[in-house]
Amino acid sequence: MKYSIGQPVRRVEDKRFITGRGKYVDDLRFPGQAYGAVLFSPHAHANILSVDVSAAMASQGVLLVLTGADVVAQNIGGLPPLFMPEDAGGPPGYRTSRPILCSNKVRHVGDRVAFVVADTAAQARDAAELIEVEYETLDAVISVEDAVREGAPNIWPACPDNVSVRLRFGDDIATEAVIAQAPRVVTLRLENNRLSPNPMEPRCAIGIYEPADENYILYTTSQNPHGARHMISQSVLRIPEAKLRAIAPDVGGGFGMKTDPYPEDALVLWAARLCGRPVKYLASRSDSFLGDTHGRDQVVTGELAFDDTGRMLGIRARAIHAVGAYVASAAMAPPNFSLTLIPNVYDVQTVDLTTQVVFTNTAPLGVYRGAGRPEATYLIERLVDKAAAQLGLDPAEFRRRNLIDPSQLPYRTATHYIYDSGRFEELMDDCLARADWAGFAERKIQSSQRGRWRGRAITYYIEQAGIFNDRMELRFDPTGNVTIVAGTHSHGQGHATVFTQLVSEWLGLPFEKVNFLQGDTATVPFGRGTYAARSSMIGGSALRVAAEQVIEKCKPMAAFLLGDEEADISFMEGVFSILGTNRSIGIANVVSAFYAPAGIPDKFGVGLGAVGSWSAQLPNFPNGCHICEIEIDRETAVPTIDRYFVVDDTGRALNPMICEGQILGGLAQGIGQALLENIVYDPDTGQLITGSFTDYCMPRADDLPDFQLSFHDVPSPSNPLGVKGVGESGAIAAPPTIINAILDALREVGVEHIDMPATPARIWAAVQNAQAA
Amino acid sequence: MSEVTITVNDVAYTRKVEGRTLLVEFLREGIGLTGTHVGCDTSQCGACTVRLDGHAVKSCSVLAHQADGHNVVTIEGISSRDGNLHPMQEMFKEHHGLQCGFCTPGMIMSAIDLVEKHPEGLDGYVVREGLEGNICRCTGYQGIVQAVLAAWKKMYLGSETD
Repeated sequence: MKYSIGQPVRRVEDKRFITGRGKYVDDLRFPGQAYGAVLFSPHAHANILSVDVSAAMASQGVLLVLTGADVVAQNIGGLPPLFMPEDAGGPPGYRTSRPILCSNKVRHVGDRVAFVVADTAAQARDAAELIEVEYETLDAVISVEDAVREGAPNIWPACPDNVSVRLRFGDDIATEAVIAQAPRVVTLRLENNRLSPNPMEPRCAIGIYEPADENYILYTTSQNPHGARHMISQSVLRIPEAKLRAIAPDVGGGFGMKTDPYPEDALVLWAARLCGRPVKYLASRSDSFLGDTHGRDQVVTGELAFDDTGRMLGIRARAIHAVGAYVASAAMAPPNFSLTLIPNVYDVQTVDLTTQVVFTNTAPLGVYRGAGRPEATYLIERLVDKAAAQLGLDPAEFRRRNLIDPSQLPYRTATHYIYDSGRFEELMDDCLARADWAGFAERKIQSSQRGRWRGRAITYYIEQAGIFNDRMELRFDPTGNVTIVAGTHSHGQGHATVFTQLVSEWLGLPFEKVNFLQGDTATVPFGRGTYAARSSMIGGSALRVAAEQVIEKCKPMAAFLLGDEEADISFMEGVFSILGTNRSIGIANVVSAFYAPAGIPDKFGVGLGAVGSWSAQLPNFPNGCHICEIEIDRETAVPTIDRYFVVDDTGRALNPMICEGQILGGLAQGIGQALLENIVYDPDTGQLITGSFTDYCMPRADDLPDFQLSFHDVPSPSNPLGVKGVGESGAIAAPPTIINAILDALREVGVEHIDMPATPARIWAAVQNAQAA
Repeated sequence: MSEVTITVNDVAYTRKVEGRTLLVEFLREGIGLTGTHVGCDTSQCGACTVRLDGHAVKSCSVLAHQADGHNVVTIEGISSRDGNLHPMQEMFKEHHGLQCGFCTPGMIMSAIDLVEKHPEGLDGYVVREGLEGNICRCTGYQGIVQAVLAAWKKMYLGSETD
């Protein structure tokens, strides 16, 4: 069936995007709209001695200038972290409150110091430049390793060692014993480079205040408008949640950066109340580099103990993970996942994994596609390849000797996960065959004849998808149309199409009779948005619960309409029938009956709808295999990806076209991390060096090859759809695949290590250094 | 402030603009055509691509005054009068060449220009190089490349299948 589950149904949401009729926040205009501009701190760490806004206030078109002093005087609160480990039973840590404007101190270049509102955006920016701030600069600490050194500048006095929290998994004594006695151990120090998620749509917020009812309305580029409503109303403006409506219309990508509110989201609301006009703030791309939550920024030293047959015996990891100047958003999630997924799909129970989550005078980190799983996968896959190379063992064979066997499932990892399903060796063999792993030697010779080194690598990954719970509703109208009222939030993932496929098939409704609503706290009673590859399982399963309730509510109505209220009713493909007879009635007619003004028994009430919910109590575990081959030009050191094969276990691909799109997007970001992207702050002054697309290298079409994707699905028992998440896998598995392939290519000239991004300059230097040694 | 008159999608618009007003600002703020997007401030991302006198340009790098008296076509102007989609638009949908949609108008405008300038044919390599000035963060470009190759066939051969 053309529109059914599992079909590559073309997206219903495309029409408005391909015709330029999307409604992104900056496309919206309100009568009397004024514009805000932010003054950012130019210093990484400084006391604010004085702020003089008089010239700005006198500047043309200016309505209002707000500073940290106003925040304090008007009792405006700050932004807390979304959660700390202790909120989920973990160790206690130092929790910050991030002011929406700094009053006495700035803690990173890009910290917010003032907010100017004027008639035009240009006037607001012009006026912001006239604000005079006197700073007393302080020593700044930028790198995670410097943050934990003796005598490092302290960022939060109540956290003297700059360590917000320490996380640990495993058994240090047992692991030390294994490592001490192991026949072989490899060690690596790895950098997981800081990245900026950079969705193509910069952040934008519009604040509106209605004085008669004291109601606020916020339009925001958010992945989770209900979360924005909650955090801003409770923590910042300190108003009843019902007084704030948050709307996230079309949002141009998020990747985790847009999951939680920013100071600007609160500033536009507060400013709108004070100046009596709607206030819009649109971040420029430069503002975005300074002010968005960044991703990654971790250093880890890892050790892998193994024996002469390639059997892994134990893993130890000591990591330091940046959180930046404040604990913002879900910044505590990546350090957690950076440890829990280190064992990967390998049968190894002896681990000692620790991370120190540290403050630095840099922009706050948040969740960015993968959120710690890339860090974990990068470490283990780099260690595995180093071990395989030491043994002279094929890296696929090394992995094969350690893969968890299906007979061991459900398998409890040393980090408290229970892997529920998967056929790892079978999937790996599928990928090896597709990638023609056996034919590499011949291709290597051909590359050499063309003046290129050639290397290859294989990665196996597993990740935990799904988090929190959510609510999905089905709401009918009198003519039998149904609207999906979604607590999740699609900002590129095609939910309007996929969820429609589900409901259309489950309820036997024509595709066109299913509508989709999301993103507005006034019309969607509750939700938690989209991130962490959660929506297919949690949104889809919640919808399933709702759909089953609809069917159960309809059966007695069908019986009544068929003239036998005691009858047993069955439902199939949109039709209710009395069991054992040919008497039946279609769902559209049953639905209409719920809206009849008279003639229907009162017990049925008026109207038809249902609400379902689902949680991540049982998460799912997407997994898969990447294989790539890379050529490196001997003269220029430019790497080129020549072949890239991916096989994924997504449990059940609800729409294979959309699943592939997610994997491809993740691959681009993972390759961006491996080869191109890097957020760089000056190590002493903390100035942001990479502040625009001129200096921060985004992957472009000619940086990437064609990828060969396929599915090897093993349904998950954790949810009624059997799905596993798909949004993050590309970003998780690509970095080690690329870096290990580069190292494989350069092994013959003696290069043993390279850090990300492996730019041509770094590759060239690594080759020179190895050859000089 | 002084007046400029720019023909956009076959309609002439006269507006007062500052010397520094960009063409993209004229389109979005001046005449309310918000399909053209701003994704950066260094002329790198291409989300603002429109057609000026028949050639693709980044409208963030053209002053409104430079377009005074000239012809602009935006994403809103490429469907036919009776609402039929341009083949490039159709193929972007068919081949999943978009996800969040933000880069899409600029990508489509660049892609149309690329196809029009290559009547002799296109391969994936030429498409990837040709779209190097348009950044997409969502798709990994593969669906876009397939869409452009299919659109070439539709535009020159009348059908996207061989």
